[in-house]
Amino acid sequence: MEKVYIAGIGQTAVGELWKRSLESLSNEAIQGALKEAGKPEVDALYAGNLLASAASSQANLGVKIATNSGLDGIETMTTEAGEASGAAALRLGYLAVRSGYVRTALVVGVEKYTDIVGSSVENVISQTMDYDFEAMQGLTPLGQAGLLMARYLDSYHPPREALGALPILAHANAINNPYAMYRRAISTDAYHKAGLVCDPLNLYDAAPYADGAAALLITSDEKLSQTAEKAPIEITASTSTIDALALHDRPDALAFSAVTISVQKALARAGVSWSEIDLFELWDAYSIFGILSVEACGLAAHGEGWRWLAEDDHSPKGRLPLVTMGGNKARGFPLGAAGVYQAVEAVQQLRGEAGANQVDGAKTAMIQAMGGPASNVITHIFSKL
Amino acid sequence: MEIPRHWRLQKQRYGLVGEICPHCSAKIFPARDVCPECGGEAKEPFRFSGKGSIYSYTVMNNAPVGFERGLPYTIALVKLDEGPTVTAQLTDLGANKVEIGMPVQMVTRRIKEDGDERGMLIYGYKFRPVMG
Ligand SMILES: [Zn+2]
Repeated sequence: MEKVYIAGIGQTAVGELWKRSLESLSNEAIQGALKEAGKPEVDALYAGNLLASAASSQANLGVKIATNSGLDGIETMTTEAGEASGAAALRLGYLAVRSGYVRTALVVGVEKYTDIVGSSVENVISQTMDYDFEAMQGLTPLGQAGLLMARYLDSYHPPREALGALPILAHANAINNPYAMYRRAISTDAYHKAGLVCDPLNLYDAAPYADGAAALLITSDEKLSQTAEKAPIEITASTSTIDALALHDRPDALAFSAVTISVQKALARAGVSWSEIDLFELWDAYSIFGILSVEACGLAAHGEGWRWLAEDDHSPKGRLPLVTMGGNKARGFPLGAAGVYQAVEAVQQLRGEAGANQVDGAKTAMIQAMGGPASNVITHIFSKL
Repeated sequence: MEIPRHWRLQKQRYGLVGEICPHCSAKIFPARDVCPECGGEAKEPFRFSGKGSIYSYTVMNNAPVGFERGLPYTIALVKLDEGPTVTAQLTDLGANKVEIGMPVQMVTRRIKEDGDERGMLIYGYKFRPVMG
């Protein structure tokens, strides 16, 4: 099997980009990734996206994106795995390149949620849940997170404000990310006073939906990896695991067991342990997801994830840095594109290009994306050569 | 808009009808083709008692299209006495303070107004506090 390298990255600023189209955002990210890799010949493009079919009435998005970027005659497919769609595109690209059937591929994550307005945004995003038995009861993804947080608070009794550690960290890190949507800090006090959106979940517990595109150029071509502008990064693990789609269909809703399986497999595949992971781009679509994730990863015992996040140092200078460029919470949450943003940010760290947020000597990074509340979990590990 | 789909799910929604596994007797809701407990084929209908308790709950302040009239509403994960957990709105709360562990009972109520011009109303299960 071939080794898979990341030879180029590109990303657009994240935000409410009313004037931009899916393909124009994608092209900006694609050109960034192609330029870094020395504009090589591309065999395939894998596009990760969640909303385009419903929000922009556009299916077969990969073809639209490739055509707009002048990539005629290549292979293309669009992946949908809920909010993990971008990570799924990366996994598909990884499998294609690793198998040897595809030599060089573009992986693009793109989202354009501002193509719809009002309450119908919730309807479209609620398609990630079990439609017949969750959405039809009036539940939304935000509501799912509220249900998890309420159960967590009742089970373990952490101080309520301690659950703000992750969003506060994300905002502090986003200040130094020029692509981030919210480049400002939030205080513990502001977190504590934020309005409830799904009691007990408040406004700062939820990552803001956003538009944006990010791209990776991946290849098995060692020569290309040498001529590229930047030193290549190797993808040393790629795993994907599911849990029941509906929260109510799980024996323990707080277990996030797909995270456990996905991470164990990824560490084994890459042949590393947690002590060798220099940074972890975890999935902070909601603060409670981050807490349950670190527990399911085995970084903290069940019921202790809030303490691990609140009391240990997870800043870029800390023992295990998290959400180093602002995470979904403060970089912004471009849904099906977010998994590719995580990959771009991990590459920035491994190359030493993360500016004020640089994790010193970062050699190995883990990134993890989720569709729904860990309904599917896709984990990748990258290593600097 | 989605009439065939609602017709298909009517029994499950009106009567909380799931299945009992003919192989291991597991009670299953919602109905599915393979028993989650033993992997056998599941097909025998089973009407749940509708009794359960609250596993978790939250208050929705923003709703998808079709649910706005009920705002704000409380939605819960209800652990049924027979085993499975369901997602459902709470209703008839009155002055009751909702708590995790609180016993509840299923009732049939209007849950959604479908968005087409005929304004189809969809009925299904909700849960209310057990009286007394
Ligand atoms: Zn069975």
